[in-house]
Amino acid sequence: METKRLIYLDNNATTPVDPRVVDTMLPYFYDKPGNAASRSHPFGWIAEEAVDYAREQVANLISADPKEIIFTSGATESDNLGLKGVFEMYASKGNHIITTRTEHKAVLDTCQKLEKSGGQVTYLEVGPDGLISLEDLKAAITDKTILVCIMWANNETGVIQPMKEIGDICAAKGVLFMSDATQAVGKIPVNPRETGVHIMAFTSHKMYGPKGVGALYVSRKNPRVKVTAQMDGGGHERGMRSGTLNVPGIVGFGKAAEIAKAEMAADAARLSKLRDKLEAGLCQLEETYVNGNKDHRMPHVTNISFKHVEGEGLMMTFNKNIAVSSGSACTSASLEPSYVLVSMGLGDDLAHSSIRFSLGRFTTEEDVDFAVEAVSKGVNHMRDLSPIWEMYKEGIDLNSVVWSAH
Amino acid sequence: MAYSEKVLDHFQNPKNVGTLDKSKKNVGTGLVGAPECGDVMRLQIEVDEASGIITDAKFKTFGCGSAIASSSLATEWLKGKSIDEALTIDNMDIVEELALPPVKIHCSVLAEDAIKSAILDYRKKNGIEAEAETVNNHA
Repeated sequence: METKRLIYLDNNATTPVDPRVVDTMLPYFYDKPGNAASRSHPFGWIAEEAVDYAREQVANLISADPKEIIFTSGATESDNLGLKGVFEMYASKGNHIITTRTEHKAVLDTCQKLEKSGGQVTYLEVGPDGLISLEDLKAAITDKTILVCIMWANNETGVIQPMKEIGDICAAKGVLFMSDATQAVGKIPVNPRETGVHIMAFTSHKMYGPKGVGALYVSRKNPRVKVTAQMDGGGHERGMRSGTLNVPGIVGFGKAAEIAKAEMAADAARLSKLRDKLEAGLCQLEETYVNGNKDHRMPHVTNISFKHVEGEGLMMTFNKNIAVSSGSACTSASLEPSYVLVSMGLGDDLAHSSIRFSLGRFTTEEDVDFAVEAVSKGVNHMRDLSPIWEMYKEGIDLNSVVWSAH
Repeated sequence: MAYSEKVLDHFQNPKNVGTLDKSKKNVGTGLVGAPECGDVMRLQIEVDEASGIITDAKFKTFGCGSAIASSSLATEWLKGKSIDEALTIDNMDIVEELALPPVKIHCSVLAEDAIKSAILDYRKKNGIEAEAETVNNHA
């Protein structure tokens, strides 16, 4: 590990901004500084035109109408607006929301808040492969159900839910279908209308655009959906989200969407090959397990548990050279492992041993080769240090050991 | 989160990694923590029976960088100490030496538990019950 290489395999956390996106944004900081809501001078007109164009680019990526795109500050805000906005707008129809245990915290924490405001939330379990059961979903829908909210692709495992089937169930039962598609948009084809998704949250910074800008897709016809604004002010974004628009950010988001549409297929094909190579290389190590359904997942993600090695410690062996993320958060007295992996039925020990590798547009084959070598070395080093690896090798059944909980 | 230089040094060059023969009468073994909690420490001491001095100490730890550094440091401190001196090692000494942040204090607690547990094991094996302190299990 003498080399100074720094390899970024944490693209599910955020992606670098594509240089082409940066170039498109730059004029909107100084040369074209207008407020898109200023109707009385050219500065405002230019800004408004730029926002309109970006709105078309973003809509185009998901085959939507530009009027169906509400710009926000990011996916967390979009998730909040979608959930709270529907809960308030459709309060007379019911108070029941169905979601899953493996959603992002932006959905789970918002649902918890709604429960405190009189909402009823059903959290669907997932199977060992991370997928929900359609039968469970059907059984959970009641006449009080106003919304089903299920993420398109999981951030930790990359597992893709059966979106079309869920959309069909929601359509048959006449309930709204919302999706947090943050990890999917820009990486795989996403078409909410065809899929039966009525409300959809996504963001720019997971698709090579800038941070601080996202969108909520809100269906305008069949059905026409409305959400109650959560931010009051000047009535921007058709009254659903007030606040001066982040013009440079939105311009960048638009460009990122345009590039994603053009290059998605090629990127995905290249990255899935690299991901498979990474996975195959690391699975040469003993007692190594891939988490999540391998047939229904994003092309650029793999989540691997290295048994008897603690994830955060493992990361420390190579984090000067390789950036990844771990399902183990050894940062509190309670030492909570990833709730996503635990929901999939992984034992806490395997959840503590997991690492997420997420590749991106700028990942090279050389990066992958380097990562396989460095991570393998790290795993072997940590296993040499691990008392439970030694016990496992001696044939001791770890389940028979009486551990001292602390 | 940034680790202190001392944690990084112990992590990259851990001292006294290994296994002592636990069947020997003068070897005490402490195994604390649990895999599902994300850390397990095994700390062993070898004691010179005549003088009661710890002549060797080894560890293996499953855990984060701070847990590994805490156990590595503990083995360094144990060597050359008498059993009674070893019992005075407090987890806060480890926190201070390694500059552990508050979220990592449990790693030092585990190391103190491991020391006490290894000593207890040694004393039990040798029928020394008198001053045997009960190990805090920090439940």
